[in-house]
Amino acid sequence: MSEELYITPDPWSGLRRFTAARIALGRTGAAIPLREVLQFRLAHAHARDAVFSALDLRLFTQQPWEINILHSEAADRTDYLQRPDKGRKLHPASAASFAPANKDVAIIVVDGLSATAANQHAIPLIERLMPMLLSRKISCAPIQLVQQGRVAIGDEIGGLLQAKLSILLIGERPGLSSPDSLGVYLTFSPRPGITDEARNCISNIRPEGLPYDMAAAKIFYLVQEALRLQLTGIMLKDNYTPALP
Amino acid sequence: MSWRHTIHHRSYHFSDLKTLLAKASPHRSGDALAGLSADTYEERVAAQMTLADLPLKTFLQQAVIPYEQDEITRLIMDTHDATAFAPIASLTVGGLRDWLLSDLADTATLRQTAAGITPEMAAAVSKLMRNQDLISAARKMEVVTKFRNTIGLKGRLSVRLQPNHNTDDPKGIAASMIDGLLYGSGDAVIGINPATDSPEAVISLLTLIDNFRQQYHVPTQSCVLCHITTAMQVMRKAPVDLVFQSIGGTEKTNRSFGVSLSLLEEAYTAALELKRGTIGNNVMYFETGQGSSLSANAHEDVDQQTCESRAYAVARRFNPLLVNTVVGFIGPEYLFDGKQIIRAALEDHFCGKLLGLPMGVDVCYTNHANADQDDMDTLLTLLGVAGCNFVMGVPGADDIMLNYQSTSFHDALYIRQALGLRPAPEFEQWLIQYGLMDQNGKALPVPSSHLLLQNYL
Repeated sequence: MSEELYITPDPWSGLRRFTAARIALGRTGAAIPLREVLQFRLAHAHARDAVFSALDLRLFTQQPWEINILHSEAADRTDYLQRPDKGRKLHPASAASFAPANKDVAIIVVDGLSATAANQHAIPLIERLMPMLLSRKISCAPIQLVQQGRVAIGDEIGGLLQAKLSILLIGERPGLSSPDSLGVYLTFSPRPGITDEARNCISNIRPEGLPYDMAAAKIFYLVQEALRLQLTGIMLKDNYTPALP
Repeated sequence: MSWRHTIHHRSYHFSDLKTLLAKASPHRSGDALAGLSADTYEERVAAQMTLADLPLKTFLQQAVIPYEQDEITRLIMDTHDATAFAPIASLTVGGLRDWLLSDLADTATLRQTAAGITPEMAAAVSKLMRNQDLISAARKMEVVTKFRNTIGLKGRLSVRLQPNHNTDDPKGIAASMIDGLLYGSGDAVIGINPATDSPEAVISLLTLIDNFRQQYHVPTQSCVLCHITTAMQVMRKAPVDLVFQSIGGTEKTNRSFGVSLSLLEEAYTAALELKRGTIGNNVMYFETGQGSSLSANAHEDVDQQTCESRAYAVARRFNPLLVNTVVGFIGPEYLFDGKQIIRAALEDHFCGKLLGLPMGVDVCYTNHANADQDDMDTLLTLLGVAGCNFVMGVPGADDIMLNYQSTSFHDALYIRQALGLRPAPEFEQWLIQYGLMDQNGKALPVPSSHLLLQNYL
């Protein structure tokens, strides 16, 4: 393979500096060279592994935070992928395990479509965010860890906790170049039946995308604004501009 | 009206037309999610047997969504062509299947019949057909459309060049566009999904493609796939060739897309007045896909494949250049795996063609669907055999903006070579003239001194 004897190269690889798209791949006959085929297959394998990854519960329970472990109504990944409605509802046993905490915010970590993302990025993000919140005397309910969950499950959880605001961290749908993207959704006065236009979303949190420090600062800004204005969603504008390094 | 069918003393009852259609539909996750699927394998076949005996005329007497409630039902009923329908008026749905596969139904006959067939008839007959049937019937149909080139001729396969970029960077888009053109893609349209819907961004992207097209005399058309209202807003200031819109098969679905028949009519009229087509005036580009109605909570208890077919009634009204079913984009809760995606794509292609539409298919999947490149190879090959008008061309099959996998420029070369399919004739001449293809359709090596590379490397 090192010789690539049969490959017709594309003499425009200079264009690659303008885009991350897979251009100037060369060809053998009509086909993509094997080297590129295997790179693609590896990227897809990472994405598929991320979809079928599970939350590392031990990783979270080792942290110095009070953790509550919950499960949605989706029995397993296959059920989860075909029944988004089940991923939005707590399993009855989980729903029965609550007592209202009456705190300002509820931090909820959900596997979503990439538990890998939650395993890798939720803890470093919370480690940065928590001190910021406490510095402004914003109180936090115990951290809720949800298996087989979707975004809207945070509404039921936030409602049961009687939190003013939910901060939901969830693994986003893996792309070929990003199997570990974490998304964060802020929802004021969470309760079942809320629709997506009432949330604010911060996407692509990972070292190669939106780094932890910037993500935490952005979330902190939005949390303060949400509590001040008593709302989230399209009326809450993301005017936060980070100081450039 | 309701129907009963008995198999071995077990009696199945189908209370109305939409229930019968849903129960007869081959299994897919979206119908199960909606709670509309057959409960057992036997019930599905019982529904199909009932549907096979149903006179086609039933669809002119009963609507799956009430006439008073839905403007697409009104469109379907009010524009039905009784003359075109006459030759098949006495058939049942099962009879239509047999007729479609018979030698009587040749290319010319099928063209004449299109206006007599309603979306629900097309959906119904497709539910009785095997994949093989969907391919061999579609293969006989030819739907030709024109703007700056001729798309859909038999023996030809066009490609939408899709040079998307995650931040709409003009140089990044130009790089992918050049890559695609050098690989022989772009005769259906050069079409960008913009990362933002702002009018300024749309104008700058339209200008970018149009300048390039004129500089190198590329016989094709461009489109930025913004919302139709954005296109209407910019069309006096920017070079708008094709007007794009996502559409669905219920009035409610279209409302969720922010459109109605009257808005589409208004945009269509405005686009026609631009008169930018040189050899034809098919000015619309529509995208559809099974599951969009359920996703918008607007399916009215109609199965997703019937909803999809009804979207084609909307498209048909506006003589589009291209209709693209983005089959695997929606995710596994609607089409779970490669098998369901392949089946849905063949149904959509067949139903659209039967109704007289220039169907293309985005052969694609997301990373949470149970599908991979092998499934896409299979589907692309089947669609090539079925005579699909166009497919997508995305660098290396990886769309870095929409985060899904479609077909690559290489895939287009593969299917053209494997089946002897050629590009649109005007574009083919351009490829030959620019030294990118020989007279036999073979891709030629591109030197670094090539004209298209001179200003960019």
